Amino acid sequence: MNLNLEIIGIIVLWTFLFGYIIVASIDFGAGFFNAYGIFTNKQHILTKIIQRYLSPVWEVTNVFLVFFFVGIVGFFPKTAYYYGTTLLVPVSIAVILLGIRGSYYAFETYGARSHKGYAFMYGLSGLLLPAALSIVLTISEGGFIFIENGNPVLDYMALFMSPLTWSIVVLSLSAVLYISAVFLTWYADKANDTPATELLRRYALIWALPTIITAGGIIYELRFHNADHYEEILSFWWMFLISALLFIGTVWLLWRRKNYGIAFSLLIGQFAFAFYGYGISHYPYLLYPHLTIYDSFTNEAMALALIIAFIAGLALLIPSLYLLLKLFLFNKDYVRGNSEHKH
Amino acid sequence: MINEEAVYYSRILTETTLSFHIIYATLGVGVPLMIMIAHWVGIKKNDEHYILLARRWTRGFIITVAVGVVTGTAIGLQLSLLWPNFMELAGNVIALPLFMETFAFFFEAIFLGIYLYTWDRFENQRKHLLLLIPVAIGASFSAVFITIVNAFMNAPQGFDLINGELANVNPIMAMFNPAMPTKVSHVVGTAFMTSAFVLASIAAFRLLRGSNHIYHKKALLLTMKIGLIFSLTSLIVGDLSGKYLAEYQPEKLAAAEWHFETSESAELILLGFMNEDEEIKYAIKIPYALSILAHGSPTAEVIGLDQFAEEDIPPLYIHYLFNIMVVIGMMMIGVSLLFLIGKAKGWSIVESKPYRWLIVLGGPLAIIAIEAGWWLAEVGRQPWILRGIMRTAEGATTSNHVNLMLLLFCGLYLILGVGSVVVLVRMFRMNPVERELMDRKGEVHR
Repeated sequence: MNLNLEIIGIIVLWTFLFGYIIVASIDFGAGFFNAYGIFTNKQHILTKIIQRYLSPVWEVTNVFLVFFFVGIVGFFPKTAYYYGTTLLVPVSIAVILLGIRGSYYAFETYGARSHKGYAFMYGLSGLLLPAALSIVLTISEGGFIFIENGNPVLDYMALFMSPLTWSIVVLSLSAVLYISAVFLTWYADKANDTPATELLRRYALIWALPTIITAGGIIYELRFHNADHYEEILSFWWMFLISALLFIGTVWLLWRRKNYGIAFSLLIGQFAFAFYGYGISHYPYLLYPHLTIYDSFTNEAMALALIIAFIAGLALLIPSLYLLLKLFLFNKDYVRGNSEHKH
Repeated sequence: MINEEAVYYSRILTETTLSFHIIYATLGVGVPLMIMIAHWVGIKKNDEHYILLARRWTRGFIITVAVGVVTGTAIGLQLSLLWPNFMELAGNVIALPLFMETFAFFFEAIFLGIYLYTWDRFENQRKHLLLLIPVAIGASFSAVFITIVNAFMNAPQGFDLINGELANVNPIMAMFNPAMPTKVSHVVGTAFMTSAFVLASIAAFRLLRGSNHIYHKKALLLTMKIGLIFSLTSLIVGDLSGKYLAEYQPEKLAAAEWHFETSESAELILLGFMNEDEEIKYAIKIPYALSILAHGSPTAEVIGLDQFAEEDIPPLYIHYLFNIMVVIGMMMIGVSLLFLIGKAKGWSIVESKPYRWLIVLGGPLAIIAIEAGWWLAEVGRQPWILRGIMRTAEGATTSNHVNLMLLLFCGLYLILGVGSVVVLVRMFRMNPVERELMDRKGEVHR
């Protein structure tokens, strides 16, 4: 595996997808906890902390996803053909959910009128979205797309009857709630909001177990669904081992009520090792067995242009993102709600 | 294999998404500049009214941005979902500006978030104003990059097709295609123009409905000035667009102008209707005007539809779209010019109720002109999705579920459209200018 343009391209895209998964998980989970809090009368504990985090960053979340799908068509144009043709229904549903979610967040926050039904929809869409989006990962394992009259077609029956599909859905849900709860525990702790910290810490511990069990279960199921991929995963066993150790570290810190910031960093590490381990073992396939990163790659001129644009863009974005985080996420006065924020 | 039904519904779904998205996208590109100008004037004149204008526009702007973001995400994904064959080809050649657009938007989103939550956080207002510059630049460049992709669809270049295989791809050449200069400047210019007239329309409406506050008068005068400037630039660029079309897409120009026979000293057909026998009735015919529009000379030869095969000609109804766009554009130049002259000379007519109603009407009309312009651009390119290279039917998906998706997306746009209007109306009705000015006076300025 030499470092060629194809590899650079997929690393860039995989990193954006990882970014999206973390940021969106926090967002989706926060929406769910918010709704859950309202319906179990724990609203007073959670809403303030969740709103304060979500307000300035909601738009940024979406951009990670856009980056990923624009980038993948740029670097690997053939994916537009295979995935574009077959994913019409699941991705359209995801877009509609994102549409309702994103716009109603803005309507609610800036339009200044609360509604229970809205909070419910916002929470529910946060659970449906990971389910709809995770189907893409399932499909990439192969076995669900066949070629009919020269065109790729998605076999819905096979997809919905497969235990792999449902395990990945369950993993996406519990991972979303786990990631979100760990982050919000840390955020609430920074805000010196003890009741919220305690409640979110409990949620984090509750969702830790299902996350690690389904993750292990999926690797086991792959053995039957896609034996080649399973073998590849085993050859990168050390990455998954590190991931598991980091998981234990996070749970231990949460359990001992210590260093929530470090707990969240360990969680990022856990998911990074698992996510990149999964990605590397998937190499070179984008879609088993039809599409690899080599036969779908764009021409060299475009690849170079995209990489240059990417580096220039990052040079612009990283300082801006730093400013955003500094002003809101890491600003003690803002996090604690000390300064005035009329808009 | 082409799935005719999928092609049909893919076209309708794309048309629906674009028609809905373009309203919010146009405001999303134009309004940041308006906010910046108002904020700047406010600081310069030390006038609280202009500052408040910037604040209130920003508040409304977030709602339109939200809808613009989600519908923009929708069209971004629909390009791959509905036109996978086209995107496979286009991805190889024109992916660069699509990719850069995301950066431009990211940049805008970050600074908009900061601007929004930092009113009153800066002791020096100028620093806060500085945050708007990346917002406005990001918004404008989003439009520039996306329009470059559209220009490429009209005038593809920067690659060779050798036996159906792509070769010698040059992404920069593809970006700087012949359609790009006129298209980009027309899109950005009309976005500024439309945003100005929509905001003018709101100010005029407030003046008609009870409030005679100087705040609204200042808003009206400012937006009419900006509107006039950008409608004039749009006119000039529109003329250059005619020259571009005559050179590179003569069938589009000929169909839009109902110019059937290739001829010298061609006349321009304005308005009019075409009956079933393709006879033109009730049209105004301006001698030499088409030759001037196409080549800048009254006697120049203009290529007519007789030079093209039947299957390469766009639908002739685009003539109506062209007329709607041009008539509204001209009207808005007249309305804003008369208003500004009237203001300077103290004519009472521009302060009269009917004239204000005319300005109110100008907002929706400007939006209609944007819609007509985009429909003209897109339908006028038919039957091609990539002119001369790929036909629309060849680019479409083969999936069988597009009709169902069309229904779902229509539902989404209905919810978003109604939701955004209700929220905007409620937002400003619950907090009128008078009350906000009173509230702010009570505040201690830090």
